[in-house]
Amino acid sequence: MAGGPLGLETAVRPDAPDLADHFAGARGVYVHVPFCARVCPYCDFAVVEGAEDQIEQYTAAVESEIESEPRWHAIETVFIGGGTPSHVDPSVIGRLIEAIDRRFGLAAGAEVSIEANPEDWSPAHAAAISETGVNRVSFGAQSLQASTLRFLGRRHSPDQIRKAVRVSRDLGFRSVSLDLIFGAPGESAEMWRETVAGAIDLATDHVSAYALTVERGTPLSRAVRSGAAAPDPDTQADAYEHAATQFARAGLVHYEVSNWARPGHVCWYNMVVWAQGEYLGFGLGAHQHRAGRRSWNVRRLETYVARRGIAVEASSETLGPLERERERLVIGLRRRAGVTAGRLGERWATTDEFARLRQAGIAGLIDGRIIVLDPLRADTATRSLAGLTGVEAPDGS
Amino acid sequence: MRTDRIRNFSIIAHIDHGKSTLADRLLERTGAVSEREMREQVLDTMDLERERGITIKAQAVRLDYTAADGADYVLNLIDTPGHVDFTYEVSRSLAAGEGAVLLVDAAQGVEAQTLANAYLAVEAGLEIVPVVNKIDLPAADPGRVSEELAGVLGGDPEDVVWISAKTGKGIDDLLDRIVESVPPPQGSPDHPLRALIFDSYYDAYRGVVSYVRVVDGTIGTGDALLFAATRDRQEVTEVGVLLPAATPVASLGPGETGYLITGVKQIDRIRVGDTVMSAANPASQALPGYAVPKPMVFSGLFPSDGEDFERLREALDKLRLNDASLLYEPESSRALGFGFRVGFLGLLHMDIVRERLEREYGLDLVATAPTVEYRVTTNDGVSREVRSPQDMPDANAIEQLEEPYVRAMILAPSGYIGTIMELVTAKRGQQVAMHYLSPERVELSYDLPLAEVVFDFFDNLKSRTRGYASLDYEPEGYRQSDLVRVDILLNGQPVDAFSTISHRDKAYEYGKAMVDRLRKLIPRQMFDVPIQAAVGSRIIARETVKARRKDVTAKCYGGDISRKRKLLEKQKEGKKRMKMVGSVEVPQEAFISALQVDQD
Repeated sequence: MAGGPLGLETAVRPDAPDLADHFAGARGVYVHVPFCARVCPYCDFAVVEGAEDQIEQYTAAVESEIESEPRWHAIETVFIGGGTPSHVDPSVIGRLIEAIDRRFGLAAGAEVSIEANPEDWSPAHAAAISETGVNRVSFGAQSLQASTLRFLGRRHSPDQIRKAVRVSRDLGFRSVSLDLIFGAPGESAEMWRETVAGAIDLATDHVSAYALTVERGTPLSRAVRSGAAAPDPDTQADAYEHAATQFARAGLVHYEVSNWARPGHVCWYNMVVWAQGEYLGFGLGAHQHRAGRRSWNVRRLETYVARRGIAVEASSETLGPLERERERLVIGLRRRAGVTAGRLGERWATTDEFARLRQAGIAGLIDGRIIVLDPLRADTATRSLAGLTGVEAPDGS
Repeated sequence: MRTDRIRNFSIIAHIDHGKSTLADRLLERTGAVSEREMREQVLDTMDLERERGITIKAQAVRLDYTAADGADYVLNLIDTPGHVDFTYEVSRSLAAGEGAVLLVDAAQGVEAQTLANAYLAVEAGLEIVPVVNKIDLPAADPGRVSEELAGVLGGDPEDVVWISAKTGKGIDDLLDRIVESVPPPQGSPDHPLRALIFDSYYDAYRGVVSYVRVVDGTIGTGDALLFAATRDRQEVTEVGVLLPAATPVASLGPGETGYLITGVKQIDRIRVGDTVMSAANPASQALPGYAVPKPMVFSGLFPSDGEDFERLREALDKLRLNDASLLYEPESSRALGFGFRVGFLGLLHMDIVRERLEREYGLDLVATAPTVEYRVTTNDGVSREVRSPQDMPDANAIEQLEEPYVRAMILAPSGYIGTIMELVTAKRGQQVAMHYLSPERVELSYDLPLAEVVFDFFDNLKSRTRGYASLDYEPEGYRQSDLVRVDILLNGQPVDAFSTISHRDKAYEYGKAMVDRLRKLIPRQMFDVPIQAAVGSRIIARETVKARRKDVTAKCYGGDISRKRKLLEKQKEGKKRMKMVGSVEVPQEAFISALQVDQD
């Protein structure tokens, strides 16, 4: 594509600072589809298994939640995530997109992104999804190793991933992305190298590579607590560094801690999030950021459906100016483009702690931007922001 | 009150031989406590004592008893602690009475502290009433134990009273025997007042409360007093007796035991061991009092939160009021901030003081590795005492180093001689004597460095002898020793809190253990952090905490933002509990865990 509603040029590098900053003014919508054929053992999202009989009522509830949201600007990026949005009939996806368009209007050339499982992506299903206006698909591929897929509780084969990508290409989706997970216990360096090479062969426009994380309350976490092997941070660091090197060679530009894209293919919705931009959230457990207020929905399907999508907000918060500014730095630093320093960032750059970060090659202040130079240690950098006020003198230690 | 109707006595025993249970039974039998009020071990008032099942503070209580001869007597019972750390408190209690009930477990027999306490009582000139307790136990052998006791005290086994404090059997016999054997107090009401302060504590409402034993004269409300040692003058606002509830009386006469309140709030105005006199008519001579015991073990106590330093000082001041053995002076540590170097009688004493500070005064403390008091002679011929590794001069400035030794007495079944010798040899001990109390029981004497005894020696001894050995020890002077200071360095910077003084042969052991422990406790940092143990400039052990390579959450989607922020706020709290050692962040918990003595 050549230029979109944001006036972006395909030539712009995914890690360009002006691209990163641009998304602060864009508007997104997130819609959650919680249904899964089987919940993965590491997943802590709002998900349900075996609740297919609830899909119709749930869809109606989301439609009414969208209808009841005060009107807003036209939407430039929609992200339909899950759960498994490909587990429901494409007509459901069509109804959700229509509801958004009806209520807010979709900007011309808007990005409409969906998460999909490879095993669901038959040519017929993919074609039907394409009809709804979805133009970006992100596959929960996770690995090209059968044994790793089994460990992760995934139901597809490496071959199904390849087929799904091919089908998407044939149907002309604007962007195709793969999600990968590295550092599962038992996965060797060699296995991960094969996955990385296989992903590069598929020549997708975008890749996300996540370290397997043990989240509280998941079956994985229970297993680890009762003695199963936990992911090893050093092995994960090796895997990450290998992937980063190989992706770069293949022309995929590292633009966020866990994300790589070819020019013109950054994920707009995520770019809005990382730029502290505003987005609406609909559906189970969905988060919203509108007019400086963050809010999130209930996570129980029964509650959400019983209330028919009305008054389903679980909680909210509105930050003061200092907290808001700190948040802007913390999230923005995940991008390779970094974040404009501002007063707080400039103050930070004068502290001893920042000097240590600089000395350790973790972060730096370059042309008025704070940049994380070692994305694997981004949280080491942001943690040092915790006590910083930017107004009073830093207390030293 | 007629002095011939008063009996002042203590109960002395090896730990766990049933002293507190006997006190309970005496209180119950004499009606001092109704059965409804009867909690187990009434006299152990402190939570800590109940939890640990030991008696820390001596307490005094008055029992009214009608003896077999039909006459009414007042029996003043002074409870005593039973642990080797608290010998000093035992001596104090003994000084307040004329008799002592020597209690021995019918199954265990005579133990090290039985002997030590019996010798103290004999030295104090007390009449000893030998008693065998727990005769209800299946393993009880009161006949044999009576013979052992008679052997030690040089009496007739027939004179030993057999009781079960648990069931109450023999309690009346014992009470009659106390009346019969313990001499009544000797003082005269006509002589000028002399009363011994044998304990005291601070009450938030009433100020300092002192326990006193009147020797001569009387002490009553409104009397003007002179404290012999401090030369301080105070007026009596209340005197009373402990029944065991504090009950005011008009006056206390010769031989009587009770409490005294003068309304004084400044704790340093009352000194345990001092003699109370009449201000108008002071006696010519004070009572002997007692030598303040010398602390044997020293440790730095630091508040986790530096702002609590003043609170720690106040708490120590208050504890010292009824624990004269507690010695402290301010100390500062680069790693831990401001605190105190505190002297203790032993490790149990140290634990108890620390727990009382934390529990009763709400302080959160870090304690550095305990050390004994070394004597250092520098090249210029000057000798001085060193209680803290930081105060140890450079090795090349030292002419001679000496460490304190103790004479340890171990009583054990003779089958354990081999394993005990092995342990003592490993602890640099030398055998002094061995003699058999009976074919099955042996008394072993050793000279040992105090530093080896105060740490885990007793636990070791107990586990090697399945709990059958008992231990007591007393100071045995200083001896020259090959000692070194072991320093622990983080990223090349010595951490004063981890330094220790050790025998040269044990330096590696300490260094290695500490370095291993710290490697597990110190979180990975931005840089590799070498952890080294050094003697002087020589590195004896080394480990490295590798730099953290990965420290980032994998995903950050819309829903993660608030969560991430809250995490950051939590980390900010966590950061407060971090201490900087050079450029290394060390969590407070790492200091605490690394300094826990009973690890590994």
